[in-house]
Amino acid sequence: MSARNRELVGLIPATLLVTAGFAAVFIQRSNVLSNVSLTYGAIFLGLCLGAHLVIRATLPYADPYLFPLVAALACFGLVMVYRIDPAEARRQAIWFVIGLILFAGTIVAFRDYRKLERYRYTIVAVSLLILVLPRVPGLGQYTNGAYLAVKVPGLGGFQPEEFAKIGLVVFLASYLRDTRQVLVTGGHRFLGLTIPPIKHFGPILVIWGVAMATMVLLSDMGSSLMLYGGLLAMLYVATGRVSFVVVGLLAFALGAWYLGTHISHVHARVEVWLHTLNPHLYHATLGSYQVANGIFAQAAGGMFGQGFGEAVITFPGSNPVIHLIPAPETDMIYAVIADELGLFGAAALLVVYLLFIARGFKAAVMARDSFSTLLAVGLSAVIAIQVFVIVGGVTRVIPLTGVTLPFVSYGGSSIVANFVLLALLLLVSDRARRPVTR
Amino acid sequence: MSAQITRLFAVIVVLFALLAVFTTRWTVIDASSLNNNSLNSLTLVSQLKIKRGQLLADDGTSLARSVPAGGGTWKRAYPTSSLFAQAVGYSNLTAGSAAGLELSDGNYTRGLQTGLNSIFGQLTPTRVGDDVHTTLDPKAQQAAKQALGGQAGSVVALNPRTGAVLAMYSNPSYDDNNPTSCAAPNCSLLNRATQARYAPGSTFKIVTAVAAIDSGLYTPDSVINGNSPITVSGVPLANDGGTSWGPQTLTTAMINSINTIFAQVAERVGIPTMTKYMKRFGFYSVPPLDYPPAEMRPSDVYSPTTGKLLRPGSPDEDLGRIGIGEGGVSTTPLQMAMVAAAVANGGKLMVPHFTSRVVNSDGVTVKTITPSVYSQVMSPTTAQEVTQMMTKVVEEGTGTAVQLSGISVAGKTGTASIGANGLNLTQPSFVAFAPAQDPKVAIAVTVDQSQGGFGGTVAAPIAKAVLQTLLAEGK
Repeated sequence: MSARNRELVGLIPATLLVTAGFAAVFIQRSNVLSNVSLTYGAIFLGLCLGAHLVIRATLPYADPYLFPLVAALACFGLVMVYRIDPAEARRQAIWFVIGLILFAGTIVAFRDYRKLERYRYTIVAVSLLILVLPRVPGLGQYTNGAYLAVKVPGLGGFQPEEFAKIGLVVFLASYLRDTRQVLVTGGHRFLGLTIPPIKHFGPILVIWGVAMATMVLLSDMGSSLMLYGGLLAMLYVATGRVSFVVVGLLAFALGAWYLGTHISHVHARVEVWLHTLNPHLYHATLGSYQVANGIFAQAAGGMFGQGFGEAVITFPGSNPVIHLIPAPETDMIYAVIADELGLFGAAALLVVYLLFIARGFKAAVMARDSFSTLLAVGLSAVIAIQVFVIVGGVTRVIPLTGVTLPFVSYGGSSIVANFVLLALLLLVSDRARRPVTR
Repeated sequence: MSAQITRLFAVIVVLFALLAVFTTRWTVIDASSLNNNSLNSLTLVSQLKIKRGQLLADDGTSLARSVPAGGGTWKRAYPTSSLFAQAVGYSNLTAGSAAGLELSDGNYTRGLQTGLNSIFGQLTPTRVGDDVHTTLDPKAQQAAKQALGGQAGSVVALNPRTGAVLAMYSNPSYDDNNPTSCAAPNCSLLNRATQARYAPGSTFKIVTAVAAIDSGLYTPDSVINGNSPITVSGVPLANDGGTSWGPQTLTTAMINSINTIFAQVAERVGIPTMTKYMKRFGFYSVPPLDYPPAEMRPSDVYSPTTGKLLRPGSPDEDLGRIGIGEGGVSTTPLQMAMVAAAVANGGKLMVPHFTSRVVNSDGVTVKTITPSVYSQVMSPTTAQEVTQMMTKVVEEGTGTAVQLSGISVAGKTGTASIGANGLNLTQPSFVAFAPAQDPKVAIAVTVDQSQGGFGGTVAAPIAKAVLQTLLAEGK
């Protein structure tokens, strides 16, 4: 079977998932199986088919599993968001369409994605600039003690870090391609550690600084962790030096420790993480209410979950709606998934992400040039770390910081940016798998 | 670079495994403690989604049922409202408050009793609890309400053979659909039948007589001097109206409720023996009723001088006055109904209970409450002798107002003085069972306060109305 036909078959699970999911939600909501659920299923099948045809026409050799995996995640996310708030699901569906348009646009515009290298300094400058936009007075949106979004009239919040992460990965892939040899061999050794030449290492220090600044200025630990983690992953793959990663992690830990003890907002997050079920903290402003209820929701799910549409998310009959699980469609969506589908459903979701990352890394391994390899590694790693940051926050592996669960959470910026990211991965993969004989 | 990529992927797998481990921790390992955490309101809300079963009277009348409250949740409604309010109680999960049978039978009505429901419950869109059939009789309850009229007080009727609670009414009652709006004086959440502290007055003479006869110290024909006044615990004690009865049998003393005789008898029986019999009747313990313990109080003895609770058998007891239902002895109407029931059932006290059976939503009976014995208070002979004494009270003594045509009733009146001297305030009560030789109903009636009324004139007619209703039903 050709790659594209495998991809087409791979879309079947996603389609079944979205149809079954909507059907379950409808049954739960009104005890009737409305044909609307089938309509939804048909629409998303149509959209996925459209995207598949774009890939078929433009990227015949691209990895056949990446898109079906994303389609499964996105369809699953859509069902979850629909189950939480039908109005948001409609907006999400629109973003889904816009995301697919940009996806197609990216593929067409960057058939030869290596021309991105030419604009690497522009890209990094723009990325860093938009990253701090939320802090600009009048532009930024202050949510739960952090500057996470830029207000866009008519569209709601625009979350720049979702796009900035792609820009930074592109820059680093290009920069590290040029400097990775120098970083390893060019420096002098000190105490068994290779100290790379400052001239080449400088830009990386800048990124570290930006990640830290993001944390301080925007109080946005989640994005900073995601960007910094992506940086370290690419640095390691480029140089093979564990010492860089260790030093990098130590530097980050130092920064995080300083912020955790000196910035009240960050400190509060750490306290919430450590003492989630403390009644005093539970009732405090910016306290542990959200994290604790996320944990309670997971406990309610148990091994197999309560079933689609069965989780208790809002206080019944409350008007205006009082959320028992705050931000159920964004930050806490993993808790809702665990509540409704249990440990098995949540673990299955993690496995889908791992498969996606594995396919991304596969493209990186198969790529024939360092830039492509580093680009694919960076894009996949950023997704992996983003999943870890948000799921880790919800499950109390680390303090909760607000980033989206890629392709699943509600959020226009996130959906659109991640479809662009997918387009780039498919571009790399297509070039890598293209037969050499021409 | 592919070696690094493989290692990086390994690190990511480890990180994701960590996520899976923590998810397992919350969903499985710590789940039950988290579900029971006091901060967890998800558990509460998921309980709101259970359609709880009904509470039913013995004739099938719905006493409590679930009605939709929006958002897939249910709330409780009480069709009989104030008629059964104290017995049925209420359950308001959102406010975190519950009382009465709604609290004590909550595990049945929520379907938590049958494990089957909780395993397969997840497959059905709504979880449905079990129906609880009670022993309560709406007609008798209505008769009690009507007979009490505007008087504060309470009525408790038991089946002496099984312990089934046939009626339990407390006035003033309240609307259990809206317990928070209850305000004195015409509304009260207090269940006088299980929570009020009443001086039993002469109804307590049944307990004294049982202890006296069953211990072998007296027979119904023992003759005791009934002159008045006598000195008890250093203080003069007089008969009603100051009458000096001279030598009388214990039976006559019961018929005419002669205080001085029962005071002497109690003092001779002594504190240890009296305490033993009181314990067998259920005194000093929270009643063994299937009702929230917080809404019941034990019947016991308070020091008349300091007002403090005395420990059982305390040497500080003024036993002579306790023997006539004064001297700080404090009882609930439920306790006095249990006293009557024990005598009625040949000396065997049955555990009182409201719940008769639990039926699941498929109509299958999942639990039946079988009658059980609380204690053998006295020998059947003693019970028979005390029954005869009590029958004479109704035939020719202070309790004639309760006479029923063709059915012999055994009873005892009580009239305790309350309030300051000179106000002439009394607390009338009446304890009875019928038919005397084949008892089917035991009853205790207490009226909080009367202007000079007697147990035989105020409380006995109420008991009569309820007895009549229950016996006419063939109970």
